[in-house]
Amino acid sequence: MRLTQGTFSFLPDLTDEQITAQVQYCIDQGWAVNIEFTDDPHPRNTYWDMWGLPMFDIRDAAGVMGELASCRKIYGDRYIRISGFDASHGWESVRLSFIVNRPANEPGFALERQESDGRRILYSTRAYAAQLPEGERYS
Amino acid sequence: MAAPPMATALKAVPPEAVDLKADFEASGLPEIFDQLDREMVGLAPIKGRLREIAALLLVDRARQRFGLAVGAPTLHMSFTGNPGTGKTTLALKMAAILHRLGYVRRGHLVTVTRDDLVGQYIGHTAPKTKEVLKRAAGGVLFIDEAYYLYRPENERDYGQEAIEILLQVMENQRDDLVVILAGYADRMERFFQANPGFRSRVAHHIDFPDYGEEELLEIGERQLETMNYRLSPRARAVFAQYIALRRDQPHFANGRSIRNALDRARLRQASRLFQRNDGPLSVDDLTVIEAEDILASRVFAGSPDGQAGSQVVGREAAS
Repeated sequence: MRLTQGTFSFLPDLTDEQITAQVQYCIDQGWAVNIEFTDDPHPRNTYWDMWGLPMFDIRDAAGVMGELASCRKIYGDRYIRISGFDASHGWESVRLSFIVNRPANEPGFALERQESDGRRILYSTRAYAAQLPEGERYS
Repeated sequence: MAAPPMATALKAVPPEAVDLKADFEASGLPEIFDQLDREMVGLAPIKGRLREIAALLLVDRARQRFGLAVGAPTLHMSFTGNPGTGKTTLALKMAAILHRLGYVRRGHLVTVTRDDLVGQYIGHTAPKTKEVLKRAAGGVLFIDEAYYLYRPENERDYGQEAIEILLQVMENQRDDLVVILAGYADRMERFFQANPGFRSRVAHHIDFPDYGEEELLEIGERQLETMNYRLSPRARAVFAQYIALRRDQPHFANGRSIRNALDRARLRQASRLFQRNDGPLSVDDLTVIEAEDILASRVFAGSPDGQAGSQVVGREAAS
């Protein structure tokens, strides 16, 4: 199951050229660009690991793309996303975030039903990949 | 791609001729060169060289439009010359020129020295250097005193690591950034001898000559002008004399020495005005630097034997 989240979730995966253009847009807006990766695909997982520090003193997307390339080299089998953080007053939050790398095989999610008191049913989703310990999920 | 039929091939080829002159105007370069001529005194050979480089790049671009293959030009440069001859200022202009011609995407200048590139312990250098390269991407990386990167007396020096990373990037990411190495001529020569990889990757070696006395005087007057000061006619003559004396003393740093000398003259002018108590001061009093402000310099005091004066000036220059 193809995981979608973030700004361009409705589009096919962006090419490197398109990623470069988006990153350049972030830089031109004065946002700090971050590279994050994870192997826990759950949509409520907001704690992705950061690749290096936020890049807020870069003028050109080439620098970010270089970092992305080295992140892919090591974590190419995980999800990697790029986000743009707007530090300006009143925003102080992520303005743009999109997936730039995904594992070759995405097994998807299981729906679990739990019978609770009375006839109530609690639903939860669980990623098949997350059954394995961290670091072994997609390799 | 299949060979296109003649008609479409013709359509793809742009006009029969390229108007280089119009190209030059459109690129916004005339402005930069005018600015260069206006703001920078002397340096005629350098300005000529810059025009040559700009012409080459323009022609390259025109050739590209006709589909004539050109490899991405190597634009890395080395600026050699004595201190204060305008290397950094020119690097800024170079960044602007390359940006106008579209050879760097952003046209910003990142100035670094050895400290910014070389780490202090094993494994510290590579991330540091890469960080700098990341910041310079799309612009010009200006490495001041580049010869310090290479320290032959210490074989475990981490400078070598920075050099290797730089060389790799200079070769592989030529369209991402342009590197300008700067330093004193003799030491840079030794640096290039020890690192032949650099010499072959640097396409343009530009040597900055020392300024002549009139040029230095003009530089001084322009500096004063920007600060809303001016020399009285007698002060101008004295200052010319000062330059002649100062030039022969050690630690002479061209434009920078002139600026320091003028800063001290302003100091003396201020204290002269402060001590004088014959009524209110006019605008003229506040802007004119008199001969006595310059004559009080130790350069004049030490001139007969060149001993006492040069020591003091040397210390001033070092501090």
